[in-house]
Amino acid sequence: MTEQGNQPEDARASAGGEHGRVTRRRVIGTPPPAEARRLLRDGGAPAQPAPPPKPRMLPADPANPERAKRAERIVATCFMISFVASIAFIASYVIFQVHSVDRVFRSNLGLGLSMTVAFLALGAGATVWVRNVMPKVEITEERKPLASPRPDREAFAEAFEEGTEASQFVKRPLIRRTLLAASTALAVAPIVLLRDLGPLPRTQLRHTAWKADSRLVVLGTNRPLKPAEFASPGGIITVIPEGTDNDLEALAKAAVLIIKFRPEELLAPTVMNWTVDGIVAYSKICTHVGCPAALYEHTTHHILCPCHQSTFDAQRGAKVLFGPAPRPLPQLPITVNADGYLVAQSDFHEPVGPTFWELG
Amino acid sequence: MSTVDKALEGTGGYLDDRLRGAKTLRNVLKKIYPDHWSFLLGEIALYTFIILLLTGTFLTLFFKPSMTDVVYHGSYTKLNGVHMSDAFASTLNISFDVRGGLLMRQIHHWAAILFLAAIMAHMLRIFFTGAFRKPREINWLIGVTLLTLGIVEGFAGYSLPDDLLSGTGLRILEGVMLSIPIVGTYITFFIFGGQFPGHDLIPRLYIVHVLLIPGIILALIGAHLFLMYHQKHTQFPGKGRTDRNVVGAPAYPYFAAKTGAWFFYIFAVCAGLSTFAQINPVWLFGPYNPAAISSDSQPDFYMGWLEGALRMMPAWQIDFLGHSLALGVFIAGLLVLGVLMTGLALYPFIEQWVTGDRREHHVLDRPRDAPTRTAVGMAGVTFYGVLWLIGGNDLIARYFDIQLYWTTWFGRVTVIIGPVIAYILTKRICLGLQRKDRDLLVHGVETGIIVMKPQGEFTEITRPVPEEVHAVLTARRELPRLPAAQPDENGVPSPAAHSVLGKLRVRLNHVFTEAIPLPGGNGHGTGDGHRELPTGAEERPALPKAEQEERPEPTSRP
Repeated sequence: MTEQGNQPEDARASAGGEHGRVTRRRVIGTPPPAEARRLLRDGGAPAQPAPPPKPRMLPADPANPERAKRAERIVATCFMISFVASIAFIASYVIFQVHSVDRVFRSNLGLGLSMTVAFLALGAGATVWVRNVMPKVEITEERKPLASPRPDREAFAEAFEEGTEASQFVKRPLIRRTLLAASTALAVAPIVLLRDLGPLPRTQLRHTAWKADSRLVVLGTNRPLKPAEFASPGGIITVIPEGTDNDLEALAKAAVLIIKFRPEELLAPTVMNWTVDGIVAYSKICTHVGCPAALYEHTTHHILCPCHQSTFDAQRGAKVLFGPAPRPLPQLPITVNADGYLVAQSDFHEPVGPTFWELG
Repeated sequence: MSTVDKALEGTGGYLDDRLRGAKTLRNVLKKIYPDHWSFLLGEIALYTFIILLLTGTFLTLFFKPSMTDVVYHGSYTKLNGVHMSDAFASTLNISFDVRGGLLMRQIHHWAAILFLAAIMAHMLRIFFTGAFRKPREINWLIGVTLLTLGIVEGFAGYSLPDDLLSGTGLRILEGVMLSIPIVGTYITFFIFGGQFPGHDLIPRLYIVHVLLIPGIILALIGAHLFLMYHQKHTQFPGKGRTDRNVVGAPAYPYFAAKTGAWFFYIFAVCAGLSTFAQINPVWLFGPYNPAAISSDSQPDFYMGWLEGALRMMPAWQIDFLGHSLALGVFIAGLLVLGVLMTGLALYPFIEQWVTGDRREHHVLDRPRDAPTRTAVGMAGVTFYGVLWLIGGNDLIARYFDIQLYWTTWFGRVTVIIGPVIAYILTKRICLGLQRKDRDLLVHGVETGIIVMKPQGEFTEITRPVPEEVHAVLTARRELPRLPAAQPDENGVPSPAAHSVLGKLRVRLNHVFTEAIPLPGGNGHGTGDGHRELPTGAEERPALPKAEQEERPEPTSRP
């Protein structure tokens, strides 16, 4: 089927080369009948009757004109709805102002609704058009085998071999090997460029912003705490080292949960010397993949990470009870300073957060 | 001369004088496209990608990919005075101070979700109908790459606003990166430009999200479509449809009008969702703070299966020689992804190796006609589905009032046995459907008319299945069975079937070619006659025979 047009097209191409006038008359897709062209080229008067038209691939009109007429009106209505909706979109842009939540939502409704209708109507119109106005066709097209014919492959192989021979690439190993060496080095070079993407880790993951005598301040309010202010057992507060409230890198490792117990409730392996009046401090950064382990169930003393549900026993050194976290939440040594505020004794004694290769 | 002719002569002639495109373009216009609803799935992916490019370009005009700390004073008064990154502040600005900004943001996000959902659905269609078979293996590989890139692109995209939810996602990314053996810590520091979260990540993700990956995706989509065009579309079996033809309607005007309408529908759906279904309201989450989190944190759906893998994986960690390997995190976060994508990429080649089928296929398989492939696919779907489900186990536990840890254990067990059950069930269902088809061909369609014969016997009149149905039912091209590892007539064992790999291949081949034979005379025989059924014979013997073939195997050894 696709082959039927080849002959006339080639003929026309050559004709176009000779006569500029014919080139201008050329029509893409619907070539004029060969007969008519021949007449033009001869320059003679078109006296002879027109040849019979070529068989069409597609019918020009639908089988049921009545139905097509009805469908046409539906299509036109759809397109008009789309037109109106697009105007409504522009109007919404002008009418609905923003700068507050309520107005933004109204604007979103106006713009979104008109846009939805504009597209929907356009799609519906096009659907009715193609289904009910265009004549129905089903055409069978032959497939050619995908593989090239044998001679083509051989011709390619010959061309390639000839080229390779002419290049002397195979015969001259010196060129070949030095080229290989050169391109390998050139390929490696850009990788070196990536070195300055970041600093080397060194021991940065082993330290946090906690130092001896850093005061524990409440996340959000930055208020330092005295043990007496945190007296009811079962309470839990997120604290950070004083002065780090806008330092996200520091917070990412230094966020700490403090939990108040009755002193007798705390059990091994909790380090008792690191607690103050039953107040125990654990890293809030989950040892699984670093989410803040923020949920606390005070009847069971379980700390739960909301991301992947690792569960830690706050009573027993935050050891892992369930879930994918492989290590307990490290305990921060805390004490009270001369002014009576809760402070860190030192940094954590082990790295906080997710396990990394150098953790050991 | 009509107006069409004049336009063509003017512009068309001008271009053709310079480009010589008439013949190629004529073929483009007359290209035949077969019709089936499932062929529209890939188009959803294509058109949502175009929507993503359009809305994404709009967003770049206002978005500031910067992690510089700013104090917000703007239209969303609840966050006035709050420290946040410039990225988050500009996202608020797009949402509340740019007319249509919220709509564009929401369309962009909905389109991204539809994009990945459509890719997945399209891929399942391709898989279950065997459209990846020769000659389309290369296009399958492009598709797997597009899926992978799409997931990365989506993740990078929803991380850009730097809100609490997406920041938590990046935190998880950091944890997963840290689990990579030997180089994990270095990779993390290089990606984040130092310690988490640093100040480099958002600008870096931005350029990856708006230029690098979309550029690659665009190029691959071009290649994907070109190959589809060049190889011509596949078609479902039917009367008059063979591997040597393609039946449908020409691109111009039919396919062009239909696909145009489809584009408008998809845009309408994205716009409609964005009008009525709020998505990613970052102003409710607030700016990212590594010390804070909200419960019920859920990623976009296409990350859910990796989230589920992280949730259900046991807490495996190996400490040795002063090093630590967070094996659980590494498996869940990276290996599962790598294994699934590699498996998808290799599948067409594995199947071809197992079946030895090197023919070109342009007529699609009905899923039942390739029971083992369908069963393998369903096993994969189940594996993915369980992971995805457990990605929301906290919500399941809460809304269905189930113990949280039970959901985790349910996931741990079903992720292993679920695919096995799915495989067995699917295969049985497929073979059952094949039997049903066979019965239909053998006995015809029941008419419900009972006649009494002169001798008093009652029989029901059946009529042969209609031609159109018959063509579908008999479309299956049965696969030749590889000979078992036994000597041929001359006593020489087939070398290909003798190695360990060869034996595995024969074994897999016999599993794969398990099928209910079509009633005789359809050219499906293997030549050794073991498939030929006497009329009215049960189909059962086909299965024990496969075992018989393998049984002589020990005797072949000297």
